[in-house]
Amino acid sequence: MAAQNLQSVPAELTAGTSETAEADGQANFDRVIAEDSRIEPKDWMPAAYRKTLLRQISQHAHSEIIGMQPEANWISRAPSLKRKAILMAKVQDEAGHGLYLYSAAESLGQNRDEMTDALIAGKARYSSIFNYPALTWADMGAIGWLVDGAAICNQVPLCRASYGPYGRAMVRICKEESFHQRQGFEILLELSNGTPAQKQMAQDAVNRWYAPALMMFGPPDDDSPNSKQSMAWNIKRFSNDELRSRFVGMMVEQVRVLGLTLPDDQIRFNEDSKKWEHGPLDWDEFHEVLAGRGPCNSQRLERRREAHDGGAWVREAAAAYAQKQSMKTKEYAA
Amino acid sequence: MSPHGNPEAPASSATEINREAPKASPAPQEHTDHAWGLWEVFVRSSRGLSHVHAGSLHAPDAAMALRNARDLYTRRNEGVSIWVVPADAIAASDPDSKGAFFESPQGKDYRHATYYTKSEGVKHL
Amino acid sequence: MSEANASATRITPGNALRPEDIALEVRTGLAKPTEDTAEYALRLGDDALILAQRLGHWISRAPELEEDIALGNIALDELGHARSFLSYAGGAMTNDDGSARSEDDLAYFRREHEFRSVQLFEQPNGDFAATIARQFVVSYYQFLLYSRLTESKDATLAAIAAKAVKEVDYHRDHAAQWVLRLAGGTEESRKRMIHGFRIMWPYVEELFRDDDLTGRLAEAGIAVAPSSLKEDFDRLTGEVLTEAGLEVPDVPAAPGGGRQGKHSEHLGYILAEMQVLAREHPGASW
Repeated sequence: MAAQNLQSVPAELTAGTSETAEADGQANFDRVIAEDSRIEPKDWMPAAYRKTLLRQISQHAHSEIIGMQPEANWISRAPSLKRKAILMAKVQDEAGHGLYLYSAAESLGQNRDEMTDALIAGKARYSSIFNYPALTWADMGAIGWLVDGAAICNQVPLCRASYGPYGRAMVRICKEESFHQRQGFEILLELSNGTPAQKQMAQDAVNRWYAPALMMFGPPDDDSPNSKQSMAWNIKRFSNDELRSRFVGMMVEQVRVLGLTLPDDQIRFNEDSKKWEHGPLDWDEFHEVLAGRGPCNSQRLERRREAHDGGAWVREAAAAYAQKQSMKTKEYAA
Repeated sequence: MSPHGNPEAPASSATEINREAPKASPAPQEHTDHAWGLWEVFVRSSRGLSHVHAGSLHAPDAAMALRNARDLYTRRNEGVSIWVVPADAIAASDPDSKGAFFESPQGKDYRHATYYTKSEGVKHL
Repeated sequence: MSEANASATRITPGNALRPEDIALEVRTGLAKPTEDTAEYALRLGDDALILAQRLGHWISRAPELEEDIALGNIALDELGHARSFLSYAGGAMTNDDGSARSEDDLAYFRREHEFRSVQLFEQPNGDFAATIARQFVVSYYQFLLYSRLTESKDATLAAIAAKAVKEVDYHRDHAAQWVLRLAGGTEESRKRMIHGFRIMWPYVEELFRDDDLTGRLAEAGIAVAPSSLKEDFDRLTGEVLTEAGLEVPDVPAAPGGGRQGKHSEHLGYILAEMQVLAREHPGASW
């Protein structure tokens, strides 16, 4: 769901290498990037490029998987059977998106178990928005509309990311996610047109998710030194602030259709820069949540750990069975 | 069946990272968990077309890899046939499965944006 | 083509029937169940609904991500069947204000004793092996039932069954694959699989119990007599159990009674959770 721009490039990896053996590879890589073509798994690539991608893709994958939880929380209580079906399908899609992304990351030479281990050990990052609680049914609307909306803004340009498997995973994800934002919008629309209690529930959810959604685009550009390198490598196509401004513009229009308001009285269109501007965001809170001190960090990780550790015996059983079967086949053949 | 390597991953990737950035290379981790192997999935979208690579997944064996691929890559009617490929073998879904394999996505049109008519005319949605 | 005509063409076996199609048929009066048929549809709908509610819990908690998706698909299939059966059942029932009962009226505004699911469906998920044990029994039962129901003289029941049978055929395969793997995997998984079957098996007998309603409907060629499925069930499940090196658990059958609204302690909690929001806002639209 969420492509949050948290990636950073370790300093020791950005230093150029002078090894002549790699000159050809580097030249080819530079040419491919200059042509705005795609890097594929077996191509030579700078270690820093690989490392940056691995970090970004695995964070993105973890975000999909952790992002299942706030919504899965409401599957059992969905207020109509149609909404229950839609929500189940959506949360299930998120597991699928996590898998597409893990598979792209695996093409860079790291296996999924390593990534999962890092996640449940608390060493890997994921989009901090999922550390906020989903308190009411209206949150299912706000998450779909604002959080998935922000994610789509981030993700559409990533379909053209220079790394082939990442771009391809994003194409598939964007196609499938087109329903995610719409179902969220419709949940809010129903609530807004419903009883006063329902409408208030919708407004309250929009109020709570608005700022965290804007922060999904990552820190402001002048506080995001690594964005530049990612843009030079054609991984990232637009800056954090550029995407955020674009997103605000879309939300301003859509919130009117919803009959709700955004909790920000400083939104305006800057005629000079031709960009949408918004009120200040609490970046201290952002960094606090990112550092693990958010409302649900511990709960989310524990749930993932429980599922993974609690499922170990099942994975072991299936692996053991497969091994026994293949030995039987071999004995039979011999 | 033992876990498979990723056919797309370059065999030398680890050494390249080592050579360029010895400080940043973590030691390979030991896995006590019995990791499921990685399988590449190929989906034929309709008769007359070839199987197209869709992505990969994890499964303990070919039978489960096929089922996982069905659930992961054909939730929206994307397929009429699936291949999963571990390292050097190809397994294909049963052509005689009487439609059960691909029936589930039928009729679940809420998975498509067009189902949500109330938002028609709203921009960028 | 009018709305009603469009849907009339959909209620044919083999079509990708959606719950909305059934609801439209009922609203436009094209499909009108008798009281008996509605009660029968309610039973099958409640079975599927309670199972979907149970299975939905696994999404984000399964032993592996691939299995989150597999169980999610099965839950969605069951929920679809539930919605179709309940929509149809509602066609012969009215709310206090005289309006016809919708799928949601039936799902959210009935109390425990009004649910007609058999007790197996409400049994807790337990560990993955217990869920698979329940899934194994349920999917073979539903497969045999729906296979026969496709020949029902009630066109709507036959059409719902025709869509559902293909889906539960796959559920049956999914469950059997896991029974083989858990029984033949490690010592621990085998122990858990055996335990899973032991705790689910007391509720198997109830699935195959006939009563006056099924007697009347079976005779009219509308329903399937539950007892008539038992032989095939024993044979087909027996084949898998034998391959897995397992035996049918030697446990006494529970008295059951779900078809008459007698439930275990579990259903109350399921409904409390499922219905809480809808009941907080009666009459609201979502």
